[in-house]
Amino acid sequence: MVKVKTENLMVSFGNKRILKGISMEIPENSVVAIIGPSGCGKSTFLRTLNRMNDFVKGVKIEGKVYIDGKDIYAKDVNVFDLRKKVGMVFQKPNPFPKSIYENIAYGLRIHGIKDKRMIQERVERALRDANLWEEVKDKLFESAFSLSGGQQQRLCTARALAINPEVILMDEPASALDPIATNRLEHLIEKLKKEYTIVVVTHNIQQAARISDYTAFLYMGELVEYDRTEIMFTAPKNKRTEEYIMGKFS
Amino acid sequence: MDKIRKEKIAFAVIKILAYISVVFLAMLVGYIFFKGFRVINFRFLTDVPRKGVTEGGIFPAILGTFYLVLVSFLVAVPTGVLSGIYLSEYAPKEGAVIRFVRVSVNVLSGIPSVIFGLFGLAIFVNKFHFGVSILSGGLTLGILILPVIIQATMEALRSVPNSFREASFGLGATKWQTVKNIVLPVGMPGILTGVILSVGRSAGETAPILFTAATFYTGRLPHSIFNEVMALPYMIYGLLTEGTFPAKQIPIAYGASTVLLLFVFAMSLLAIIIRMRSRRMKKW
Repeated sequence: MVKVKTENLMVSFGNKRILKGISMEIPENSVVAIIGPSGCGKSTFLRTLNRMNDFVKGVKIEGKVYIDGKDIYAKDVNVFDLRKKVGMVFQKPNPFPKSIYENIAYGLRIHGIKDKRMIQERVERALRDANLWEEVKDKLFESAFSLSGGQQQRLCTARALAINPEVILMDEPASALDPIATNRLEHLIEKLKKEYTIVVVTHNIQQAARISDYTAFLYMGELVEYDRTEIMFTAPKNKRTEEYIMGKFS
Repeated sequence: MDKIRKEKIAFAVIKILAYISVVFLAMLVGYIFFKGFRVINFRFLTDVPRKGVTEGGIFPAILGTFYLVLVSFLVAVPTGVLSGIYLSEYAPKEGAVIRFVRVSVNVLSGIPSVIFGLFGLAIFVNKFHFGVSILSGGLTLGILILPVIIQATMEALRSVPNSFREASFGLGATKWQTVKNIVLPVGMPGILTGVILSVGRSAGETAPILFTAATFYTGRLPHSIFNEVMALPYMIYGLLTEGTFPAKQIPIAYGASTVLLLFVFAMSLLAIIIRMRSRRMKKW
C-alpha cells in the first residue's frame, strides 16, 4: 500500500528552484533511502513531507504531496497533527536541554496527554522501541546531554516514536555518529520498519544499500531513478545512478 | 627599533590602559566606602531623617527607592520580556514595520534620562494627574529601562539554538508551546541577567525621578503609590546641592551613596552568579 505519494513536486526558495518535479510513491512499512550529492535537494524533499519547509522564508511549493491519500498542503490540514503523524529525526542529535524523561514526555504533553501513569508508560515504551531503555533506565532524570552522541540520536528517535507517528523522516541521522553508534542506529531502523514507514536521507551509499528496501537517487533537483534497492545497486538503468553509486562523483 | 621591542611596548601600553578602569573603580569605590561606612550603622539604615536631614537615618529613602524600583519592575518586565519575545520569535525577520519597531527600541535606549524625567512630568504627573508620586516615578523609570529589557530578551532568545525550535516543531508543537516550554527556559538566564542589571540601573537613576517622584525631605513613610517619596539618588543630590549644613549632611550623603552602591553591586553579583550557573549547565 502506498503511504506517501508526491506528484510533480516542485520547491523553490526565492527564485531558486530546488526540486524540479518529483513524483514518487513510498510503500507502507518500508525503508526508502534518498541518496544524491550535496545540494541535490534530498533534505528539502524530506522536509516537504512534514511541512518543515513552511518556516523557510520565500518558499514556494507546487505539485502535490499525499499521505494516506490526503493532500497535506490542502487548506484544511492541521499542520500540527500532520507533524505528529510524520515524525522527524534530524541530522545532528538535538535533544532538548531537559532530562531524558522530559525529552520524551514533552511530545506527549503538547498533544494533550496529562495522565502521569500514561506518560510514564509511553516514555518507557518509546525508549524500549528505540533500543535505549537498558542504557538509561537508571538515569531517566539526568540531563539528556549526559548521553553519548549515538544515545542522543536514539533518544531523539524515541522522542519521535513516543507520539505514535506513522511515518518517520530521518535526515542523515548517522552523519554525526561513530561507526558503532551508526551500526546500532541501522539495526534500529531495520526493526522500526515493521511498524513505521521510514524515509532516510543519507550521503552514505553503503548505508542506503544496507538498510533500505527502496532507493531514490536525486540529482540537481530531479529524481533520476527510483527502484528497489537491490535493483538500484546491481542493475541501475540510468548511467548517472551507476556513476554515483560507483563513487565516480559526489 | 626592532619589531620585538615594538611589540613589547605596544603590549605594555595596552595592558596599562586596560588596568586603568580597574584603578578608577577601586579609587571610586574605596573612597565612597571609606567615607560611607563611617556613618552607616543600624540606626542609620532604619531611622527617619531628623533635624532637616542633619541627623537620623535614611530609611525613607531606602524604602522609596525600593518602591520606585518595584513599580518600574512591574511595568517594564512583563512589557519588555513579552515585546522581546514577539520581536525575536513571532515578528517576521524582515519587513518595514518590524524594522521600525527595532529601530525605535534602539533609539529609545539612547535618549538621555533627563528627557524621560521631563516626559514623565508632562505626561504622568500633569496630564494623568498622578502628581509627584511613586506611580509617576516608577512609570518613568519603567519606560527608561524598557528598551534595555527588550534588548536583553531578544539577545537571550537569539542565542537559543534553532535546532531546539526545529525539534519542537517537528513533534507537532505550536509556536507558543515551543516558545513557552523550550525557548524561554533556555533563554531565561540571559533574560534574568538583563532584568537584574536594569533593576540596578533604575535604582540609581536620578534625573527621571527628579520631577516625577522624589522629594528631598519627608519624615513620613509613603502609604500609597500616589505619595511622593524620598529616594537614595535624589537624596544624595539634595544633600550636596541644597544642604544648609554641609558639615553634618555630606557624611550622610556618603552613607547613602554607599548603600546605593552596595545595592547595585549586589544586583551585578546576582547577574554574574546566574550567568555562571547557566554557563555550567549549558552543554550544547
